[in-house]
Amino acid sequence: MLKGKNIPLAITFTVGLIMIVSFFIPHRPFGDIEQISLKWYSIIAGFTMLLGVDSLLGLHFRKVKRKEENWIHSIVLIAGFVMVVIAGVWGTIQYGSAFDERSFFTYIYNYFIVPLQSTMFSLLAFFVASAAYRAFRARNVDAALLLITAIIVMLGRVPVGELISPYLPKFTDWIMEVPQMAAKRGIGLGIYLGALGVSIRIILGIERSYLS
Amino acid sequence: MKFVNFINNIDKRWIYLLVALVVIIPFVFPVGCPMRITPPVQSMYNYIEDSIPENGVLLVGIDYDPSTMAELHPMAKALTYHAFYNNLRVLFVTMYPQGSGMGQDIIDKTLTQWNSANPENQKELGRDITLLAYVPGVSAVMLKMGENIPATFNEDAYGNKLENLPVMDGIKTYNNLNYMVELAGSSVVLSWLMYANGRYKMKMGIGTTAVSAAEYYSYLQSGQSNGLLGGLKGAAEYEKLITENHGYAGRKDASVGMDAQSSAHIFFILLIVLGNIVFFIKKYKEGK
Repeated sequence: MLKGKNIPLAITFTVGLIMIVSFFIPHRPFGDIEQISLKWYSIIAGFTMLLGVDSLLGLHFRKVKRKEENWIHSIVLIAGFVMVVIAGVWGTIQYGSAFDERSFFTYIYNYFIVPLQSTMFSLLAFFVASAAYRAFRARNVDAALLLITAIIVMLGRVPVGELISPYLPKFTDWIMEVPQMAAKRGIGLGIYLGALGVSIRIILGIERSYLS
Repeated sequence: MKFVNFINNIDKRWIYLLVALVVIIPFVFPVGCPMRITPPVQSMYNYIEDSIPENGVLLVGIDYDPSTMAELHPMAKALTYHAFYNNLRVLFVTMYPQGSGMGQDIIDKTLTQWNSANPENQKELGRDITLLAYVPGVSAVMLKMGENIPATFNEDAYGNKLENLPVMDGIKTYNNLNYMVELAGSSVVLSWLMYANGRYKMKMGIGTTAVSAAEYYSYLQSGQSNGLLGGLKGAAEYEKLITENHGYAGRKDASVGMDAQSSAHIFFILLIVLGNIVFFIKKYKEGK
């Protein structure tokens, strides 16, 4: 009988089956059903953003209310969020698009978000340098092999490698195209077979953890 | 042992300072190391150069945000310039909300620089290039594009109806696009490969960050992608190709970073070697 948890299981089974069939048979009526499903998906995806916003703000409002550790950072986040939303709406009303180059939203994007995110990512270079120095040790044969390969690839992937030896970039290409790819393919096949298995289990209602 | 202890206990802030110097100095005093064009970059260049007819359409996926723009922005710029040299139309598309800002930045800068350098061949927003509006859904959007691109987006990112834009003339599905280059530092590349290439047979090339490039060699070998730009070096190689073949004289954003990247890699290798020497000396002394 269709009651309780059986309803979402039945929906999952039906929709999953339709999507699989329509992917491989993109003709009427399956093609049309797929297009309608995709429209629904886009609408739902839009709403998930609202859900994300609700979750993010809820978390930070709670932090501020309870004066948890670093609650002042949460105030900055909330203030930033409100400022960006107002700027986006105002830019759309004023210029037709929030991303119009005259809008304050674009100003925030270009002069706050771009430098902040770029800086965050750039910091990786400093941490990688420190980690490489402290942790990348040839403790055994496997680690030594990895270390030597890494050094060859690091040299071969930059122009100075060509200057050291014309064979270095070619050897690097071989490493990338043969041993690296063999390992990657093995991992990839494992991942996708696993994903396939989980998908089938979800469609058939064996895997139900998403309901809890 | 004194030296070993000193090296072992060195304050990491000294390493940070050295990294900064190693990156900054080559920008001030460039060396200009020679650069070989790798086959995946050449292959992408050749396809755009030889296989797309005039007024053909190049779709560029701007699926990145400012965190990876240092590597991917120069690729987008070089590709746009290459398309302009060959009088191709360029459509930017993004599956990331932040990609809109990236795409518009490239369009604004490229149009300004191109038009001031080429007054006899002016390019125009909406006629030669545009950015499709961001629509959430990723794989759903890619699949919808296979059936009807204008109905999927309705507008460009500037709020113009797609049906009124000359750049969209004759474009309905992937079949009306000549080539796509997906620029991303994330796994969204796989979605494009699965849906646009796998299902709709869209001819594709990939541009990605150096750290992600290893991931996509298998797609290159299988023929699902016919070109790969890997990191800043991939972009620098592309800049070199358009400079040699089309006389590109603008700022080479990726090429200027090549010396810094070379010196940083050498510095990292020295650090690793030094760290290991210290490790083995210490191990030897402790064993004694």
